[in-house]
Amino acid sequence: MLTKRIVPCLDIRDGKVVKGMNFEGVRDVADPVEMAAFYNESGADELVFYDITATFEGRKLFSDVLEKVASQIFIPLTVGGGINTLEDFDRVLKCGADKVSVNSGAIKDPTIIEKGAMKYGDQCVVLSMDVKRVDGSFHLFSHGGRVDTGIDALQWAVDGVNRGAGEIVVNSIDTDGVKQGFDLEMLDAVAARVNVPIVASGGAGCMEDFAELFKHPGMDAGLAASIFHFKEVDIMDLKRYLSEQGVPMRV
Amino acid sequence: MIAVIDYGVGNLFSLTASLKHVGADAIVTGKAEDLEAADKIILPGVGAFEDAIAKLRATGLVSTLDEQVAKGKPLMGICLGMQLLFEKSYEYGEFDGLGYIKGSVISMREAEDPAKRVKPDTKVPQIGWNALHIVKDDVLTAPIKDGDHVYFVHGYYADECEDAIVAYTDYDVKVPAIVRQGSVCGTQFHPEKSGNVGLSILKGFVENA
Repeated sequence: MLTKRIVPCLDIRDGKVVKGMNFEGVRDVADPVEMAAFYNESGADELVFYDITATFEGRKLFSDVLEKVASQIFIPLTVGGGINTLEDFDRVLKCGADKVSVNSGAIKDPTIIEKGAMKYGDQCVVLSMDVKRVDGSFHLFSHGGRVDTGIDALQWAVDGVNRGAGEIVVNSIDTDGVKQGFDLEMLDAVAARVNVPIVASGGAGCMEDFAELFKHPGMDAGLAASIFHFKEVDIMDLKRYLSEQGVPMRV
Repeated sequence: MIAVIDYGVGNLFSLTASLKHVGADAIVTGKAEDLEAADKIILPGVGAFEDAIAKLRATGLVSTLDEQVAKGKPLMGICLGMQLLFEKSYEYGEFDGLGYIKGSVISMREAEDPAKRVKPDTKVPQIGWNALHIVKDDVLTAPIKDGDHVYFVHGYYADECEDAIVAYTDYDVKVPAIVRQGSVCGTQFHPEKSGNVGLSILKGFVENA
């Protein structure tokens, strides 16, 4: 049976890991290569690296970090941040990424999804979406979750999969950083409409939150950052706990 | 020396890095003389069967590969590279493979025989970690144990190859995960992305195949 995945996310700026609360107020944590090695030993099923730099120098540092990680860590690596063109796909894949996550790039030009899927396969293209409730419906947000695009997020997910996205990361802005659990209502709404793996993001505060998440059959992976970075939840303990709860896990 | 065949399909960064990590002297090559000089050959691959087999044939390396396999040189296919080792694939049509292992490659979703399809609500491709069930001793499985997890990314799987199955995984259907016929072997999963278990399998091939 396919196991459920536990995925730590590392936001990288200028070659270092950072994590914001509700996307603001970032602070340094540690060296990304060291952290990747630590997570690999802890049993992380995949690592996500998000490049939050916008400068040329920052991007170069990011590529260096990625290459170093991929030379030492042999689990799936997903890379996002600043992916706007096929050249961006190429750049990160050459440094050892397995999957490429598009977010704002797909909002600017949705055809990047099908171009990436045509060239590298559906399994390579991850559609990451930042979603927030606005007047009773789910809206897609851009610019790191700051700007309401007015686009219906559920339709966006369906369109993205039709264009060739092989996986969807749903990041709830409403629950992000709050640590009161994943946004199960939002996640279920997305899962009911698409048949690709769903990665839940935003809101995990404790091990029980992951157990709740995986009671929902459409959920394939749980993603989190700070609770892992600050060792509030240890991945090995989490996976053992979930396994005892009957969740299929690689332990 | 291990020759990793470069035929313009997929990204070889992780594969070469992982081979280096287990102590192998590996080169990425598209030259016939390198395949002849190598002790072992690895055929990687991602994407669609038709495109991959066409690109492999276009390199002109297939006749050399045939000779090396006939001589008993160890060859390992990975993911789509494993599927290419079979006689046929039914991915978007019907295409001939290399024919080193008896069997064919069929769709998880649209196999002709409904019993060979996954359930309608099962997600295809299979992407993620699944357990290996080892049915035969092999140099690839010697360093690992039954139930170890490895990383799969695929929507098609090998069929009618019962004799070749070294290990399989369950995904509604019985998916051949490690196959072998003589000196030719293959893994449906990505050992270079399967953590320490995957590295052990690669080491098994590098040191003992």
